[in-house]
Amino acid sequence: MKLLRLLFLLALAIVPLVAAACGGDDDDDTTPAPDSGGAATAAASPTAAASPTATPKPSGSITVYSGRGESLVKPLFEQFTKETGIQVNVKYGDSAQLATLLAEEGSSSPADVFFPQDAGALGAISKAGLFEKLPEATLAKVPATYRAKDGSWVGVSGRARVIVYNPTAVQASELPSSVKQLTDPKWKGQVGWAPTNGSFQAFVTAFRKLEGDAAAEKWLKDMIANDVKVYKDNKAIVAAVAAGEVKLGLVNHYYLWGFIKDQGEGFAARNHYTAAGDPGTLVNVAGVGILKSSKNKPAALAFIDYLLSEAGQKYFVEKTYEYPLVTGLKADPRLPALETLKPPAIDLSDLDDLQGTLALLRRVGALQ
Amino acid sequence: MAALPIRRPASRAPLALWPPGLAVVAATLVPAWYLVRRSTERGLAPWEEVLRDAAWPLLARSLQLALVVAVACVLVALPAAWLTTRTDLPFRRAWSVLMAAPLAIPSYVMGMTVVEFLGPKGVLQGWLEPLGVERLPEIYGLWGAAFTLTAVSFPYVYLVLRGALGTASVAEEEASRSLGVPPWPTFFRIVLPGLAPAIAAGLLLVVLYVLSDFGGVSTLNYNTFTRDIFLEYQSSFDRTRAAVLACVLVAVAAVILVAEMAVRRRAGGRASRRTAPPRPVPLGRWRWPAIGFLALVVLASLALPLGVLGYWLVRGLQVGANFPDIGEAARHSLTMGLAAAALTVALALPLAILAARYGGAGASLLEQVAYLTHALPGLVVALSLVFFGIRYAQAFYQTTWMLLFAYLVLFVPNALSALRANLLRLPPRLEEAGTSLGRRPLVVLATVTIPLARPGMGAAAALVFLTVLKELPATLLLSPPGFETLPGLTWGRTSDALYAGAALPALVLVGLALIPLVVLAWRGDPATLES
Repeated sequence: MKLLRLLFLLALAIVPLVAAACGGDDDDDTTPAPDSGGAATAAASPTAAASPTATPKPSGSITVYSGRGESLVKPLFEQFTKETGIQVNVKYGDSAQLATLLAEEGSSSPADVFFPQDAGALGAISKAGLFEKLPEATLAKVPATYRAKDGSWVGVSGRARVIVYNPTAVQASELPSSVKQLTDPKWKGQVGWAPTNGSFQAFVTAFRKLEGDAAAEKWLKDMIANDVKVYKDNKAIVAAVAAGEVKLGLVNHYYLWGFIKDQGEGFAARNHYTAAGDPGTLVNVAGVGILKSSKNKPAALAFIDYLLSEAGQKYFVEKTYEYPLVTGLKADPRLPALETLKPPAIDLSDLDDLQGTLALLRRVGALQ
Repeated sequence: MAALPIRRPASRAPLALWPPGLAVVAATLVPAWYLVRRSTERGLAPWEEVLRDAAWPLLARSLQLALVVAVACVLVALPAAWLTTRTDLPFRRAWSVLMAAPLAIPSYVMGMTVVEFLGPKGVLQGWLEPLGVERLPEIYGLWGAAFTLTAVSFPYVYLVLRGALGTASVAEEEASRSLGVPPWPTFFRIVLPGLAPAIAAGLLLVVLYVLSDFGGVSTLNYNTFTRDIFLEYQSSFDRTRAAVLACVLVAVAAVILVAEMAVRRRAGGRASRRTAPPRPVPLGRWRWPAIGFLALVVLASLALPLGVLGYWLVRGLQVGANFPDIGEAARHSLTMGLAAAALTVALALPLAILAARYGGAGASLLEQVAYLTHALPGLVVALSLVFFGIRYAQAFYQTTWMLLFAYLVLFVPNALSALRANLLRLPPRLEEAGTSLGRRPLVVLATVTIPLARPGMGAAAALVFLTVLKELPATLLLSPPGFETLPGLTWGRTSDALYAGAALPALVLVGLALIPLVVLAWRGDPATLES
């Protein structure tokens, strides 16, 4: 028991250290924010390090709730701090859980910026009225399709729905041109999906918008009847396709490139884009908004403008293989250009009926 | 048989125990208070809806999984405990350590590695392919989830059973054998009933763990109450409906607690009267099957997850994957684990002493209440503390103090169970002797009870430490921004599909969690060290 007793005493000694650590964090959070109204905020939108002399230069620190993983975005945030001097305190987590956290915190939230992975989480916070309207100058950088109608959030990077396939098991010529063909007996037991996943549910919501609830319900039922295999999330599907568990999978486009980077070119999966207008080519976004409770809005806006700067956009192109959303910038050369995808004509703000989609998925038995 | 009541010494409990005892119970009731408020904010309509269609199938699925895991845990833990305490098995101590060690593996790590290894086209299938095995049977669903959760939770039952077998009287067993009753009937009529309270206590932790688990069931695709609650937050951001579902889960936990209490009460204090240390049973030619059985358990519960993590790490090194810097995260996890262990044990001790040594009905009831929220998913507990913190403790909100408080609420039951096992085995007349010598209750407490409770405190601290190290949802939601932890890094990397980068913090996490477990298991059961 000696060692345990030692651990115990050590623990007691450590408590004051914890206290000291807390004190430090508090200081960061309460850094006084430069007081400025909405107009001044709009004026102070520096793009990267271009205008160091802009009038009330945003400073201090901000707290970001990031649904994007630490391994993906931390270097970018550090670069931002280096260029602007603004400290970024990040809380990483699951996008939806962070949205729930923000809803629970309400107007007392310590967060300045919310940066989730999908439009659904952005929509939920927007609907709860917790987002500040962004200035036009910031919104205008991104095409209207990829930002909120009411200006409460703006897309940062785009993610296309694709069919991932195993090139050793399927010829490229056999690949379906629409997700609707996946109910063909030819693919019985050969397709993977992740019905609990947010991007899949956004796709189902788009399907309902485009083709109506009845058609969506029939498609889901036919897929289940065709023995579709259920996975936890996109990456589990991509891994299963590469391993040969299933031949096809319904996922977002960028997971594949992460796997290839992690495991080499021999990774046995590739992406297939369905034909123009098919619900299967929906392009969703990871986006960002400023919370009304933010105590440092100028710095929060500088952060968003940095994400939308050329440096920020290029970072997502190179590190996460997503589509840049700012007009005029190019995606990774291995991806088909965003303009050629011809995603279905759908406004991402209209994909907020998640409750309806969840009810539908429950009804057809997709969530067993 | 007439069991002697070992509780209720005649002496009065020191009054000083009550305030901390009540405070702990109040803290564990924060989630329940939050759930009542959230679940009723839209009137009774969400309740009607959930109770009409959603709750029952989910409940059936959750209980089905809990039942399968409970049976499997007993089938693994009972022979393992008997072999490592009562027989001449070679390397008994080493086996003891190995049987306790899987407790260090988080369920989400176990789930991921099970899929990688046992998936239809997993690593094992690759090995078997030359033999013509094209595809392994489906791992997803009930059996995969049950396998995963059994592998990480059977040590709860093992540890309690080993304690009970190590201290239980063998007199009746030997009497029965000497009267010519064969070994198996003796086992079922004498030994097993004596072990019932220990099995029930271990299974209580297992069942509550299964009900609250998200990591295992979500990777293996088995929809349970907890997974549905996560789904509700995740997909429709409907906090009310999630709260209603969580309330039902608390009610289920209450029923399970009552059942466990009934088992314990009926068995009385049987397990405590030890006469002489039992002679080890010679295994003879059964030695090899016994070793084979234990080796199989180690393969499935330890070699599989650690092997797959190692495989990911090596593969990542080969392709030059990017590894996270884990120094700071390891320091944070270690600090929080130690601090939470100290705090939780210190605050759980008064309640445990009240219930076990001065066992009035009130104290026992309070102790059971502290278990109520143990069936709740960590996410719900975390959200309840967000709700509480942002309103009433803003100064502490998103500081490490708040996180420590969350660990206290989450893991007081783990500490209580270890303390109780220790305290109940002490002879009942200790405090009476102290009081009859004219000592005041508080002095008796400080000079008699607490020193004797030390082995239990060590075990409780170890359990809390390793559980904190593995905890994910509350750690993510409640830690201060920028506060990196080992589970946080592991989760972050896996959700970005960077398995190589996830393997490193996961291995360090398991390594740290193993330290107190190894010490605990190597030293043997605390209760056996008293005399």
